[in-house]
Amino acid sequence: MIAVRDVRKQFGEFVALDDVTLEIPAGSLTSLLGPSGSGKSTLLRIIAGLEQPDSGTVEIEGEDATRVPPQRREIGFVFQHYAAFKHMTVRDNVAFGMKIRKQPKDRIKDRVDELLGVVGLAGYHERYPNQLSGGQRQRMALARALAVEPRVLLLDEPFGALDAKVRTELREWLRRLHDEVHVTTVLVTHDQEEAMAISDRIAVMDNGRIEQVGDPRELYDKPANPFVMGFLGPVSKVDDLLVRPHDITITTESRVGTREATVVRIVHLGFEVRVELALEGEQNVSAQLTRNEVEQLDLREGATVWVRTTGRTVHKAGEPEAEVAA
Amino acid sequence: MTVSRPWRVSLRVAALGYLALLLLIPICVVFYRTFEHGVGAVFDSVTTPQAVSAFWLTITVTAIAVPLNTIFGVLCALALARGRFRGKAILNAIIDLPFAISPVVVGLALILVCGAGGWLDGLPFQVIFSVPGIVFATIFISVPFVVREVTPVLMEVGDEQEQAAATLGASRWQAFWRITLPSIRWGVAYGIVLSVARCIGEFGAVSVVSGKISGETITLTLLVEQRFQNFDLAGAYAASALLAVIALGTLLAMTRINPRRDDA
Repeated sequence: MIAVRDVRKQFGEFVALDDVTLEIPAGSLTSLLGPSGSGKSTLLRIIAGLEQPDSGTVEIEGEDATRVPPQRREIGFVFQHYAAFKHMTVRDNVAFGMKIRKQPKDRIKDRVDELLGVVGLAGYHERYPNQLSGGQRQRMALARALAVEPRVLLLDEPFGALDAKVRTELREWLRRLHDEVHVTTVLVTHDQEEAMAISDRIAVMDNGRIEQVGDPRELYDKPANPFVMGFLGPVSKVDDLLVRPHDITITTESRVGTREATVVRIVHLGFEVRVELALEGEQNVSAQLTRNEVEQLDLREGATVWVRTTGRTVHKAGEPEAEVAA
Repeated sequence: MTVSRPWRVSLRVAALGYLALLLLIPICVVFYRTFEHGVGAVFDSVTTPQAVSAFWLTITVTAIAVPLNTIFGVLCALALARGRFRGKAILNAIIDLPFAISPVVVGLALILVCGAGGWLDGLPFQVIFSVPGIVFATIFISVPFVVREVTPVLMEVGDEQEQAAATLGASRWQAFWRITLPSIRWGVAYGIVLSVARCIGEFGAVSVVSGKISGETITLTLLVEQRFQNFDLAGAYAASALLAVIALGTLLAMTRINPRRDDA
């Protein structure tokens, strides 16, 4: 388990972390999710010992690690831009931590072979990093971090520099790897889809604070405030209430509790269809329907329809502490 | 940018012509004049006691100055590229002083500081008109090369690899030897080549502090001047050729150290 207590960090006038407290359960994969400048990378680097907090403590597996240098924290760290040792072969990169620990040669060799197999780079031993693709370099960096059998694995936007397809593949691969290795993992990302797809738990951060911690579904269904709701997925505003676009129901006739609206635009995104609606006295709202629903309703641009909200995740806009309506 | 063919050709001719005019032709003339009267004469000329002494003095001074400036240069580059401290801009400017000040002035300053009545007059060994003075002058004028070559490389490489090494358990010392030094080695090598070239070629500062005691404080460049002024043109050319050979030898040695390119 990692326990961060009342950690504060300032860079000059800028408050990067504002008394942050967070517990990361052993064996879990936890994401720190937030926009850039929210303090998530700083928090990760403080857990790693690459930054020192101004105040507060960091505990790793029950031991106070606040003043322990990164060398002795028994962590694995993966950087966004790989931080591959460019002058070393893949083999030497992965073996680096074990050589520093003066482990026996044949043990190092076996472990490198094993890890390169795990990360899908078997046979790449003698390549140099510049002969690998971005995704391969990051997998090598992961093997390098795992080689020293760290107590915690820390990943700083590990897929941020990769193109969309490789990113999706690698994150699914990472989740499977975590299910096999079970090392306590903290992953920093600004991509809510990535966080939702692979995490056991997500801590949503903004302005140096943790806004909410929970499992992905909990955060999506019961966001603590409009920021969390907005960051975890698209939001439409109806009658001063925030709803998910898929929680807006459209009917072709007026019923109790419905409002009149005009269809402004229909955008077909494959199975999903986005319908933009004009409501009297409000900004346009976006509703998300399936293709079948649109066909059944026979929606056309310019048609008059009636809408009502059905979801559970409704908040009064502009009031962070608004209660969750049913 | 695309340039039409005639332009491209004339640009190349101009660039190569410029190089030839300034660099290749004078060097060729020196070598031609050197070997005009046969290899035997050259050999005799560079093996006189004065020439041998000058050769070894140049090598000795270079062998002291270059390693010192390499160590200092790498440390200084680390401070400039990684450090956060007051006076960094001043340090940065001071390093360029040897470029800015005329070597003759450097020599004079050394005489003022270390000569009779200077601040460091009480040193247990003689500095001015002696080998230590030549070494000091040479160190001073060759300070900037390694710093200036290594600093931008360090900035370009960044410190992420060092951080990665730290998270993998490497101490600062281990990270420096295994990660930092290998990734800046081309910058260091180039800085060393330039320093060596400057050290063996230095004339002005050395000339002022040397005292020109034949067979004792005459370096190769001073020997060239001395022979030239004594109307021993063939001897002067021979000594020049020897200087050029040392410089070329250093360059070749450096390019042979590790020809693998892995900077991508």
